[in-house]
Amino acid sequence: MAIPARRRIADVLAFGFALLATLFGLVWLTWILWITLRQGFAALTPSLFTQMTPPPGTSGGLLNAFYGSAVMILLGLMIGAPLGVAAGTYLAEHGRYSRLAGVVSFVNDILLSAPSIVIGLFVYELVVRTSGHFSGYAGAIALAMILLPIVVRTTEESLRLIPDQMREAGFALGLPRWRVTRQILYKAALSAILTGILLGVARITGETAPLLFTALNNQFWSANLNAPLANLPVVIFQYAMSPYDEWHTLAWAGAFVLTTFVLLLNISVRLLARRGRQK
Amino acid sequence: MNEIATPLRITPSDLGSEPVSTSVAIDIRDLDFYYGKAHALKDVSMAIPANAVTAIIGPSGCGKSTLLRTINRIYEMYPDQYAAGSIAIDGRNVLDRRYPMSKLRRQVGMVFQKPTPFPSSIRANVAFALSYYERLTKSEMNERIEDALRQAALWDEVKDKLHQSALGLSGGQQQRLCIARAIAVRPEILLLDEATSALDPISTAKIEELIHELRERFTIVTVTHNMQQAARISQRTAFFHLGELIEFGSTSEIFTNPHEQRTRDYITGRFG
Repeated sequence: MAIPARRRIADVLAFGFALLATLFGLVWLTWILWITLRQGFAALTPSLFTQMTPPPGTSGGLLNAFYGSAVMILLGLMIGAPLGVAAGTYLAEHGRYSRLAGVVSFVNDILLSAPSIVIGLFVYELVVRTSGHFSGYAGAIALAMILLPIVVRTTEESLRLIPDQMREAGFALGLPRWRVTRQILYKAALSAILTGILLGVARITGETAPLLFTALNNQFWSANLNAPLANLPVVIFQYAMSPYDEWHTLAWAGAFVLTTFVLLLNISVRLLARRGRQK
Repeated sequence: MNEIATPLRITPSDLGSEPVSTSVAIDIRDLDFYYGKAHALKDVSMAIPANAVTAIIGPSGCGKSTLLRTINRIYEMYPDQYAAGSIAIDGRNVLDRRYPMSKLRRQVGMVFQKPTPFPSSIRANVAFALSYYERLTKSEMNERIEDALRQAALWDEVKDKLHQSALGLSGGQQQRLCIARAIAVRPEILLLDEATSALDPISTAKIEELIHELRERFTIVTVTHNMQQAARISQRTAFFHLGELIEFGSTSEIFTNPHEQRTRDYITGRFG
Protein backbone atom coordinates (compact mmCIF):
# COMPACT_ATOMS: atom_id res chain seq x y z
CA MET A 1 0.00 0.00 0.00
CA ALA A 2 1.46 3.31 -1.03
CA ILE A 3 2.03 5.84 1.71
CA PRO A 4 0.31 9.15 0.87
CA ALA A 5 2.68 11.91 -0.18
CA ARG A 6 1.62 14.15 2.70
CA ARG A 7 2.62 11.58 5.26
CA ARG A 8 5.93 10.98 3.56
CA ILE A 9 6.69 14.69 3.54
CA ALA A 10 5.72 14.99 7.20
CA ASP A 11 7.99 12.06 7.99
CA VAL A 12 10.96 13.56 6.14
CA LEU A 13 10.38 16.94 7.79
CA ALA A 14 10.12 15.49 11.30
CA PHE A 15 13.20 13.37 10.78
CA GLY A 16 15.07 16.34 9.35
CA PHE A 17 14.20 18.52 12.34
CA ALA A 18 15.21 15.83 14.79
CA LEU A 19 18.53 15.41 12.99
CA LEU A 20 19.15 19.15 12.96
CA ALA A 21 18.36 19.44 16.65
CA THR A 22 20.78 16.63 17.44
CA LEU A 23 23.51 18.21 15.33
CA PHE A 24 22.82 21.56 16.98
CA GLY A 25 23.47 20.04 20.39
CA LEU A 26 26.54 18.12 19.24
CA VAL A 27 28.07 21.18 17.56
CA TRP A 28 28.31 23.02 20.87
CA LEU A 29 29.82 20.09 22.69
CA THR A 30 32.50 19.49 20.06
CA TRP A 31 33.09 23.22 19.79
CA ILE A 32 33.64 23.52 23.54
CA LEU A 33 35.94 20.53 23.56
CA TRP A 34 37.81 21.83 20.52
CA ILE A 35 38.33 25.35 21.86
CA THR A 36 39.38 24.20 25.33
CA LEU A 37 41.73 21.70 23.70
CA ARG A 38 43.24 24.29 21.33
CA GLN A 39 43.62 27.01 23.93
CA GLY A 40 44.88 24.74 26.65
CA PHE A 41 47.00 22.52 24.40
CA ALA A 42 50.23 24.14 25.48
CA ALA A 43 49.52 23.21 29.11
CA LEU A 44 48.36 19.65 28.39
CA THR A 45 51.64 18.10 29.39
CA PRO A 46 52.52 15.61 32.11
CA SER A 47 53.45 18.53 34.34
CA LEU A 48 49.76 19.50 34.38
CA PHE A 49 49.24 16.49 36.61
CA THR A 50 52.51 16.63 38.54
CA GLN A 51 53.04 20.29 39.40
CA MET A 52 51.22 22.77 41.60
CA THR A 53 49.40 25.87 40.47
CA PRO A 54 52.17 28.35 39.72
CA PRO A 55 52.59 31.97 40.70
CA PRO A 56 52.25 34.40 37.80
CA GLY A 57 55.03 34.28 35.26
CA THR A 58 56.21 30.73 35.94
CA SER A 59 55.05 27.41 34.60
CA GLY A 60 53.21 24.80 36.63
CA GLY A 61 50.32 22.40 36.68
CA LEU A 62 47.03 21.78 38.41
CA LEU A 63 47.88 18.85 40.64
CA ASN A 64 46.69 20.47 43.87
CA ALA A 65 43.43 21.50 42.19
CA PHE A 66 42.82 18.01 40.79
CA TYR A 67 43.56 16.51 44.17
CA GLY A 68 41.34 18.94 46.09
CA SER A 69 38.47 18.47 43.65
CA ALA A 70 38.79 14.70 43.75
CA VAL A 71 38.83 14.62 47.55
CA MET A 72 35.85 16.94 47.93
CA ILE A 73 33.82 15.13 45.26
CA LEU A 74 34.60 11.81 46.89
CA LEU A 75 33.73 13.07 50.35
CA GLY A 76 30.60 14.77 49.02
CA LEU A 77 29.68 11.48 47.36
CA MET A 78 30.27 9.56 50.58
CA ILE A 79 27.99 11.91 52.49
CA GLY A 80 25.37 12.59 49.84
CA ALA A 81 24.90 9.21 48.16
CA PRO A 82 24.03 7.04 51.21
CA LEU A 83 21.75 9.74 52.60
CA GLY A 84 20.13 10.16 49.21
CA VAL A 85 19.59 6.45 48.68
CA ALA A 86 18.15 6.13 52.20
CA ALA A 87 15.80 9.09 51.74
CA GLY A 88 14.75 7.90 48.28
CA THR A 89 14.01 4.48 49.76
CA TYR A 90 11.92 6.08 52.45
CA LEU A 91 9.93 8.06 49.90
CA ALA A 92 9.35 5.10 47.58
CA GLU A 93 8.83 2.37 50.16
CA HIS A 94 8.29 3.13 53.81
CA GLY A 95 6.67 6.53 53.54
CA ARG A 96 4.66 5.77 50.47
CA TYR A 97 1.35 6.79 51.86
CA SER A 98 2.46 9.18 54.57
CA ARG A 99 1.95 12.90 54.58
CA LEU A 100 5.49 13.45 55.80
CA ALA A 101 6.83 11.77 52.67
CA GLY A 102 4.80 14.17 50.54
CA VAL A 103 6.36 17.12 52.36
CA VAL A 104 9.86 15.65 52.11
CA SER A 105 9.38 15.03 48.41
CA PHE A 106 8.24 18.62 47.88
CA VAL A 107 11.17 20.06 49.84
CA ASN A 108 13.51 17.83 47.88
CA ASP A 109 12.17 19.31 44.66
CA ILE A 110 12.96 22.78 45.96
CA LEU A 111 16.46 21.70 46.94
CA LEU A 112 16.87 20.15 43.51
CA SER A 113 16.23 23.44 41.77
CA ALA A 114 17.93 25.71 44.31
CA PRO A 115 20.68 27.80 42.74
CA SER A 116 24.00 26.32 43.77
CA ILE A 117 25.26 29.69 44.95
CA VAL A 118 22.52 29.66 47.58
CA ILE A 119 23.79 26.29 48.79
CA GLY A 120 27.28 27.80 48.91
CA LEU A 121 26.08 30.74 51.01
CA PHE A 122 24.13 28.43 53.29
CA VAL A 123 27.15 26.25 54.00
CA TYR A 124 29.23 29.39 54.38
CA GLU A 125 26.94 30.52 57.19
CA LEU A 126 26.63 27.05 58.64
CA VAL A 127 30.23 25.83 58.55
CA VAL A 128 32.65 28.53 57.47
CA ARG A 129 31.33 31.22 59.79
CA THR A 130 30.95 28.95 62.79
CA SER A 131 34.39 27.36 62.33
CA GLY A 132 35.96 30.67 61.45
CA HIS A 133 37.74 29.59 58.27
CA PHE A 134 37.25 28.17 54.81
CA SER A 135 37.83 24.44 54.55
CA GLY A 136 37.71 21.39 52.34
CA TYR A 137 35.11 19.95 54.69
CA ALA A 138 32.80 22.88 54.03
CA GLY A 139 33.31 22.37 50.29
CA ALA A 140 32.48 18.69 50.55
CA ILE A 141 29.34 19.45 52.56
CA ALA A 142 28.21 21.95 49.95
CA LEU A 143 28.78 19.43 47.17
CA ALA A 144 26.96 16.76 49.16
CA MET A 145 23.96 19.07 49.47
CA ILE A 146 23.85 19.48 45.71
CA LEU A 147 24.26 15.76 45.13
CA LEU A 148 21.70 14.74 47.73
CA PRO A 149 18.42 15.80 46.05
CA ILE A 150 19.53 14.30 42.73
CA VAL A 151 20.17 10.93 44.35
CA VAL A 152 16.95 11.14 46.38
CA ARG A 153 14.90 11.76 43.28
CA THR A 154 16.53 9.13 41.06
CA THR A 155 16.45 6.49 43.81
CA GLU A 156 12.79 7.16 44.46
CA GLU A 157 11.94 7.06 40.76
CA SER A 158 13.85 3.87 40.10
CA LEU A 159 12.26 2.07 43.06
CA ARG A 160 8.82 3.24 42.02
CA LEU A 161 9.36 1.77 38.57
CA ILE A 162 9.50 -1.72 40.08
CA PRO A 163 6.02 -3.20 39.86
CA ASP A 164 4.23 -3.80 43.16
CA GLN A 165 4.01 -7.48 42.26
CA MET A 166 7.67 -7.80 43.14
CA ARG A 167 6.99 -6.39 46.61
CA GLU A 168 3.92 -8.58 47.03
CA ALA A 169 5.97 -11.64 46.08
CA GLY A 170 8.55 -10.76 48.71
CA PHE A 171 6.02 -9.98 51.40
CA ALA A 172 4.01 -13.09 50.59
CA LEU A 173 7.09 -15.12 51.52
CA GLY A 174 6.99 -13.42 54.88
CA LEU A 175 10.14 -11.38 54.33
CA PRO A 176 10.16 -8.15 56.32
CA ARG A 177 10.24 -4.87 54.44
CA TRP A 178 13.92 -4.16 54.89
CA ARG A 179 14.80 -7.58 53.50
CA VAL A 180 12.51 -7.13 50.53
CA THR A 181 14.09 -3.74 49.89
CA ARG A 182 17.67 -4.85 50.34
CA GLN A 183 17.61 -8.28 48.70
CA ILE A 184 15.05 -7.76 45.98
CA LEU A 185 14.25 -4.14 45.19
CA TYR A 186 17.78 -2.72 45.37
CA LYS A 187 18.92 -5.48 43.09
CA ALA A 188 16.20 -4.75 40.60
CA ALA A 189 16.93 -1.03 40.67
CA LEU A 190 20.70 -1.22 41.04
CA SER A 191 21.77 0.15 37.69
CA ALA A 192 19.16 2.92 37.80
CA ILE A 193 20.28 4.01 41.27
CA LEU A 194 23.96 3.94 40.26
CA THR A 195 23.08 5.94 37.18
CA GLY A 196 21.52 8.60 39.38
CA ILE A 197 24.57 8.74 41.61
CA LEU A 198 26.93 9.08 38.65
CA LEU A 199 24.79 11.83 37.16
CA GLY A 200 24.98 13.59 40.51
CA VAL A 201 28.77 13.26 40.51
CA ALA A 202 28.90 14.69 37.00
CA ARG A 203 26.85 17.60 38.24
CA ILE A 204 28.97 18.42 41.29
CA THR A 205 32.21 18.01 39.35
CA GLY A 206 31.68 21.30 37.64
CA GLU A 207 30.12 23.27 40.47
CA THR A 208 32.01 26.47 41.16
CA ALA A 209 29.76 28.77 43.15
CA PRO A 210 29.34 26.56 46.24
CA LEU A 211 33.11 26.00 46.47
CA LEU A 212 33.88 29.69 46.16
CA PHE A 213 32.18 30.27 49.50
CA THR A 214 33.37 27.16 51.26
CA ALA A 215 36.64 25.59 50.13
CA LEU A 216 37.86 28.85 48.65
CA ASN A 217 41.13 27.95 46.96
CA ASN A 218 44.72 27.25 47.75
CA GLN A 219 47.71 28.14 45.67
CA PHE A 220 49.81 25.43 47.29
CA TRP A 221 49.69 21.74 47.93
CA SER A 222 47.51 20.97 50.92
CA ALA A 223 45.93 17.74 52.01
CA ASN A 224 44.41 19.33 55.07
CA LEU A 225 40.65 19.20 54.74
CA ASN A 226 40.28 21.59 57.63
CA ALA A 227 41.90 24.41 55.66
CA PRO A 228 41.21 26.13 52.35
CA LEU A 229 41.55 23.57 49.59
CA ALA A 230 42.47 24.01 45.95
CA ASN A 231 39.88 22.83 43.46
CA LEU A 232 39.54 22.80 39.72
CA PRO A 233 36.45 24.95 39.12
CA VAL A 234 37.61 27.82 41.31
CA VAL A 235 41.13 27.66 39.87
CA ILE A 236 39.68 27.85 36.38
CA PHE A 237 37.55 30.78 37.43
CA GLN A 238 40.41 32.71 39.00
CA TYR A 239 42.97 31.93 36.31
CA ALA A 240 40.59 32.76 33.51
CA MET A 241 39.92 36.14 35.13
CA SER A 242 43.62 36.88 35.57
CA PRO A 243 45.74 39.01 33.24
CA TYR A 244 48.46 36.33 32.80
CA ASP A 245 48.78 34.23 29.66
CA GLU A 246 50.22 31.17 31.45
CA TRP A 247 47.25 31.17 33.78
CA HIS A 248 44.85 31.44 30.85
CA THR A 249 46.42 28.42 29.22
CA LEU A 250 46.22 26.45 32.45
CA ALA A 251 42.57 27.43 32.88
CA TRP A 252 41.82 26.18 29.37
CA ALA A 253 43.61 22.92 30.03
CA GLY A 254 41.71 22.51 33.29
CA ALA A 255 38.44 23.19 31.49
CA PHE A 256 39.31 20.59 28.89
CA VAL A 257 40.07 17.94 31.51
CA LEU A 258 36.91 18.80 33.42
CA THR A 259 34.68 18.63 30.35
CA THR A 260 36.25 15.39 29.20
CA PHE A 261 35.77 13.88 32.65
CA VAL A 262 32.10 14.83 32.74
CA LEU A 263 31.66 13.52 29.21
CA LEU A 264 33.23 10.18 30.13
CA LEU A 265 31.09 10.00 33.24
CA ASN A 266 27.96 10.55 31.16
CA ILE A 267 29.01 7.93 28.66
CA SER A 268 29.47 5.39 31.46
CA VAL A 269 26.03 6.37 32.77
CA ARG A 270 24.58 5.52 29.37
CA LEU A 271 26.38 2.19 29.27
CA LEU A 272 25.21 1.38 32.78
CA ALA A 273 21.62 2.28 31.98
CA ARG A 274 21.73 0.14 28.85
CA ARG A 275 23.03 -2.79 30.84
CA GLY A 276 20.19 -2.29 33.29
CA ARG A 277 17.63 -2.40 30.52
CA GLN A 278 19.04 -5.56 29.02
CA LYS A 279 18.68 -7.28 32.34
CA MET B 1 -16.67 -13.21 23.49
CA ASN B 2 -18.37 -13.98 26.72
CA GLU B 3 -21.73 -13.35 25.11
CA ILE B 4 -21.53 -16.62 23.26
CA ALA B 5 -22.32 -19.62 25.33
CA THR B 6 -19.50 -22.08 24.81
CA PRO B 7 -20.44 -25.57 25.88
CA LEU B 8 -18.07 -27.04 28.43
CA ARG B 9 -16.40 -30.24 27.45
CA ILE B 10 -15.88 -32.03 30.67
CA THR B 11 -15.73 -35.77 30.83
CA PRO B 12 -16.76 -37.43 34.04
CA SER B 13 -13.19 -38.60 34.60
CA ASP B 14 -12.11 -34.98 34.77
CA LEU B 15 -14.29 -34.32 37.72
CA GLY B 16 -12.82 -34.65 41.13
CA SER B 17 -14.85 -37.37 42.73
CA GLU B 18 -12.22 -38.51 45.16
CA PRO B 19 -13.14 -38.28 48.78
CA VAL B 20 -11.84 -35.25 50.56
CA SER B 21 -10.60 -35.21 54.11
CA THR B 22 -13.06 -33.78 56.53
CA SER B 23 -10.56 -31.68 58.43
CA VAL B 24 -10.81 -27.98 57.81
CA ALA B 25 -7.64 -26.07 56.92
CA ILE B 26 -9.09 -22.59 56.60
CA ASP B 27 -12.29 -21.67 58.38
CA ILE B 28 -13.67 -18.43 57.01
CA ARG B 29 -16.54 -16.84 58.92
CA ASP B 30 -18.55 -13.72 58.17
CA LEU B 31 -15.76 -12.22 56.11
CA ASP B 32 -16.25 -8.74 54.71
CA PHE B 33 -13.66 -6.89 52.69
CA TYR B 34 -13.46 -3.29 51.62
CA TYR B 35 -11.34 -1.39 49.13
CA GLY B 36 -11.97 2.00 50.64
CA LYS B 37 -15.73 2.30 50.33
CA ALA B 38 -16.13 -0.50 47.83
CA HIS B 39 -17.53 -3.59 49.49
CA ALA B 40 -15.63 -6.39 47.74
CA LEU B 41 -16.52 -9.43 49.84
CA LYS B 42 -19.88 -9.73 51.51
CA ASP B 43 -20.36 -11.92 54.52
CA VAL B 44 -18.43 -14.87 53.17
CA SER B 45 -18.34 -18.05 55.23
CA MET B 46 -16.70 -21.20 53.96
CA ALA B 47 -14.69 -24.10 55.36
CA ILE B 48 -11.81 -24.98 53.06
CA PRO B 49 -10.80 -28.64 53.46
CA ALA B 50 -7.25 -29.68 54.20
CA ASN B 51 -5.04 -31.50 51.66
CA ALA B 52 -7.36 -30.86 48.77
CA VAL B 53 -7.56 -28.40 45.91
CA THR B 54 -10.30 -25.82 46.25
CA ALA B 55 -11.00 -23.77 43.12
CA ILE B 56 -12.53 -20.31 43.31
CA ILE B 57 -14.37 -19.36 40.15
CA GLY B 58 -16.51 -16.44 39.12
CA PRO B 59 -16.60 -13.48 36.73
CA SER B 60 -14.02 -10.69 36.88
CA GLY B 61 -14.40 -8.46 39.89
CA CYS B 62 -16.37 -11.03 41.87
CA GLY B 63 -13.88 -11.07 44.73
CA LYS B 64 -11.97 -14.28 44.00
CA SER B 65 -8.52 -12.75 44.17
CA THR B 66 -9.57 -10.58 47.08
CA LEU B 67 -10.41 -13.70 49.04
CA LEU B 68 -6.90 -15.08 48.47
CA ARG B 69 -5.32 -11.77 49.34
CA THR B 70 -7.23 -11.76 52.60
CA ILE B 71 -6.08 -15.22 53.64
CA ASN B 72 -2.40 -14.21 53.81
CA ARG B 73 -3.18 -10.56 54.64
CA ILE B 74 -1.14 -9.32 51.71
CA TYR B 75 -3.76 -6.58 51.36
CA GLU B 76 -2.26 -4.89 54.40
CA MET B 77 0.46 -3.54 52.15
CA TYR B 78 -2.01 -0.99 50.92
CA PRO B 79 -3.87 1.67 52.86
CA ASP B 80 -7.67 1.81 52.74
CA GLN B 81 -8.09 -1.94 52.47
CA TYR B 82 -9.87 -3.60 55.37
CA ALA B 83 -11.13 -7.01 56.31
CA ALA B 84 -13.68 -7.83 58.99
CA GLY B 85 -14.75 -11.24 60.23
CA SER B 86 -12.49 -14.15 60.92
CA ILE B 87 -10.24 -16.55 59.06
CA ALA B 88 -9.13 -19.37 61.32
CA ILE B 89 -6.08 -21.49 60.55
CA ASP B 90 -5.34 -24.18 63.13
CA GLY B 91 -8.06 -22.69 65.28
CA ARG B 92 -6.59 -19.20 65.49
CA ASN B 93 -7.96 -16.12 63.80
CA VAL B 94 -5.20 -14.91 61.50
CA LEU B 95 -6.96 -11.62 60.84
CA ASP B 96 -6.30 -10.72 64.45
CA ARG B 97 -3.68 -7.95 64.44
CA ARG B 98 -1.79 -9.78 67.15
CA TYR B 99 -1.30 -12.80 64.93
CA PRO B 100 2.36 -12.65 63.87
CA MET B 101 2.70 -11.81 60.22
CA SER B 102 5.83 -13.83 59.60
CA LYS B 103 4.14 -16.89 61.10
CA LEU B 104 1.12 -16.43 58.86
CA ARG B 105 3.17 -15.90 55.71
CA ARG B 106 5.20 -18.96 56.54
CA GLN B 107 2.04 -21.04 56.92
CA VAL B 108 0.52 -19.66 53.75
CA GLY B 109 2.48 -19.48 50.49
CA MET B 110 1.27 -17.56 47.47
CA VAL B 111 1.91 -17.70 43.73
CA PHE B 112 0.78 -14.85 41.52
CA GLN B 113 -0.69 -14.55 38.07
CA LYS B 114 2.47 -13.25 36.47
CA PRO B 115 5.67 -15.08 37.36
CA THR B 116 7.61 -12.89 39.79
CA PRO B 117 11.18 -14.17 39.88
CA PHE B 118 13.48 -11.98 41.94
CA PRO B 119 16.36 -10.47 39.97
CA SER B 120 18.84 -12.94 41.45
CA SER B 121 20.13 -16.42 40.80
CA ILE B 122 17.78 -19.39 40.72
CA ARG B 123 19.32 -20.60 43.96
CA ALA B 124 18.98 -17.25 45.70
CA ASN B 125 15.30 -17.08 44.74
CA VAL B 126 14.64 -20.17 46.81
CA ALA B 127 17.18 -19.33 49.50
CA PHE B 128 15.94 -15.85 50.47
CA ALA B 129 12.99 -16.90 52.56
CA LEU B 130 14.65 -20.09 53.78
CA SER B 131 17.62 -18.24 55.21
CA TYR B 132 15.27 -15.78 56.85
CA TYR B 133 13.27 -18.43 58.69
CA GLU B 134 15.85 -21.06 59.44
CA ARG B 135 19.50 -21.31 60.43
CA LEU B 136 20.78 -23.90 58.02
CA THR B 137 24.24 -25.15 57.22
CA LYS B 138 25.29 -24.92 53.63
CA SER B 139 24.62 -28.58 52.95
CA GLU B 140 21.22 -28.44 54.66
CA MET B 141 20.44 -25.38 52.58
CA ASN B 142 21.45 -27.15 49.39
CA GLU B 143 19.28 -30.10 50.32
CA ARG B 144 16.26 -27.94 51.02
CA ILE B 145 16.71 -26.04 47.78
CA GLU B 146 17.02 -29.24 45.78
CA ASP B 147 14.04 -30.67 47.59
CA ALA B 148 11.87 -27.64 46.81
CA LEU B 149 12.95 -27.55 43.18
CA ARG B 150 12.24 -31.27 42.84
CA GLN B 151 8.80 -30.87 44.34
CA ALA B 152 8.13 -28.09 41.87
CA ALA B 153 9.27 -30.38 39.01
CA LEU B 154 11.98 -27.93 38.07
CA TRP B 155 15.14 -29.56 39.40
CA ASP B 156 16.16 -31.46 36.28
CA GLU B 157 15.87 -28.34 34.15
CA VAL B 158 17.90 -26.05 36.41
CA LYS B 159 20.28 -28.23 38.43
CA ASP B 160 23.25 -27.26 36.26
CA LYS B 161 22.56 -23.54 36.32
CA LEU B 162 21.52 -22.75 39.88
CA HIS B 163 23.77 -19.72 39.92
CA GLN B 164 22.39 -18.21 36.75
CA SER B 165 19.82 -15.45 36.83
CA ALA B 166 16.24 -16.59 37.33
CA LEU B 167 15.22 -13.99 34.77
CA GLY B 168 16.69 -16.18 32.04
CA LEU B 169 14.15 -18.94 32.63
CA SER B 170 11.05 -19.35 30.50
CA GLY B 171 7.73 -18.11 31.83
CA GLY B 172 6.61 -21.60 32.80
CA GLN B 173 9.92 -22.33 34.52
CA GLN B 174 9.75 -19.00 36.33
CA GLN B 175 6.31 -19.87 37.62
CA ARG B 176 7.48 -23.26 38.85
CA LEU B 177 10.40 -21.48 40.51
CA CYS B 178 7.87 -19.29 42.29
CA ILE B 179 6.09 -22.43 43.46
CA ALA B 180 9.40 -23.92 44.60
CA ARG B 181 10.19 -20.72 46.45
CA ALA B 182 6.84 -20.82 48.18
CA ILE B 183 6.97 -24.47 49.22
CA ALA B 184 10.63 -24.33 50.32
CA VAL B 185 9.60 -22.87 53.67
CA ARG B 186 7.12 -25.74 54.13
CA PRO B 187 3.81 -23.94 54.32
CA GLU B 188 0.54 -25.68 55.09
CA ILE B 189 -1.45 -23.75 52.55
CA LEU B 190 -0.68 -22.69 49.00
CA LEU B 191 -2.63 -19.88 47.36
CA LEU B 192 -2.52 -19.78 43.56
CA ASP B 193 -3.86 -16.57 42.05
CA GLU B 194 -4.54 -17.49 38.41
CA ALA B 195 -1.11 -19.03 38.42
CA THR B 196 -1.37 -20.42 34.91
CA SER B 197 -3.22 -17.68 33.09
CA ALA B 198 -0.04 -16.07 31.75
CA LEU B 199 1.43 -19.36 30.55
CA ASP B 200 1.33 -21.39 27.37
CA PRO B 201 -0.69 -24.65 27.29
CA ILE B 202 2.33 -26.92 27.84
CA SER B 203 3.54 -24.99 30.87
CA THR B 204 -0.04 -24.88 32.12
CA ALA B 205 -0.33 -28.65 31.85
CA LYS B 206 2.93 -29.06 33.79
CA ILE B 207 1.70 -26.84 36.59
CA GLU B 208 -1.68 -28.58 36.70
CA GLU B 209 0.14 -31.87 37.06
CA LEU B 210 2.23 -30.34 39.78
CA ILE B 211 -0.83 -29.09 41.64
CA HIS B 212 -2.21 -32.59 41.48
CA GLU B 213 0.91 -33.95 43.20
CA LEU B 214 1.25 -31.17 45.72
CA ARG B 215 -2.31 -31.64 46.87
CA GLU B 216 -1.25 -34.51 49.11
CA ARG B 217 1.07 -32.29 51.13
CA PHE B 218 -0.61 -28.92 50.98
CA THR B 219 -4.00 -27.36 51.16
CA ILE B 220 -4.33 -25.57 47.84
CA VAL B 221 -6.68 -22.73 47.05
CA THR B 222 -6.61 -21.69 43.43
CA VAL B 223 -8.34 -18.83 41.70
CA THR B 224 -8.98 -19.46 38.03
CA HIS B 225 -10.81 -17.99 35.08
CA ASN B 226 -10.52 -21.26 33.29
CA MET B 227 -13.45 -23.50 34.21
CA GLN B 228 -12.05 -26.57 32.52
CA GLN B 229 -9.01 -26.13 34.67
CA ALA B 230 -11.10 -25.80 37.82
CA ALA B 231 -12.89 -28.99 36.87
CA ARG B 232 -9.65 -30.80 36.11
CA ILE B 233 -7.64 -29.97 39.17
CA SER B 234 -9.97 -29.31 42.07
CA GLN B 235 -12.04 -31.39 44.45
CA ARG B 236 -14.01 -28.44 45.78
CA THR B 237 -15.28 -25.45 43.87
CA ALA B 238 -16.64 -22.17 45.15
CA PHE B 239 -18.54 -19.84 42.87
CA PHE B 240 -18.43 -16.12 43.65
CA HIS B 241 -20.52 -13.39 42.15
CA LEU B 242 -20.42 -9.68 43.02
CA GLY B 243 -18.57 -10.33 46.26
CA GLU B 244 -20.89 -13.04 47.48
CA LEU B 245 -20.22 -16.72 47.82
CA ILE B 246 -23.06 -18.17 45.78
CA GLU B 247 -22.29 -21.82 46.00
CA PHE B 248 -19.58 -24.02 47.46
CA GLY B 249 -19.48 -27.75 47.08
CA SER B 250 -17.74 -30.69 45.50
CA THR B 251 -16.43 -29.88 42.06
CA SER B 252 -18.47 -32.58 40.37
CA GLU B 253 -21.64 -31.25 41.91
CA ILE B 254 -20.95 -27.62 41.00
CA PHE B 255 -20.23 -28.53 37.41
CA THR B 256 -22.90 -31.12 36.79
CA ASN B 257 -25.71 -30.27 39.13
CA PRO B 258 -25.43 -26.79 40.64
CA HIS B 259 -28.19 -25.74 43.00
CA GLU B 260 -28.15 -22.08 42.15
CA GLN B 261 -29.37 -20.63 38.90
CA ARG B 262 -26.49 -18.11 38.83
CA THR B 263 -23.92 -20.90 39.11
CA ARG B 264 -25.62 -22.76 36.31
CA ASP B 265 -25.66 -19.63 34.14
CA TYR B 266 -21.98 -18.98 34.77
CA ILE B 267 -20.66 -22.45 34.10
CA THR B 268 -22.72 -22.76 30.96
CA GLY B 269 -21.25 -19.47 29.80
CA ARG B 270 -24.38 -17.37 29.96
CA PHE B 271 -22.48 -14.55 31.65
CA GLY B 272 -19.10 -13.75 33.08
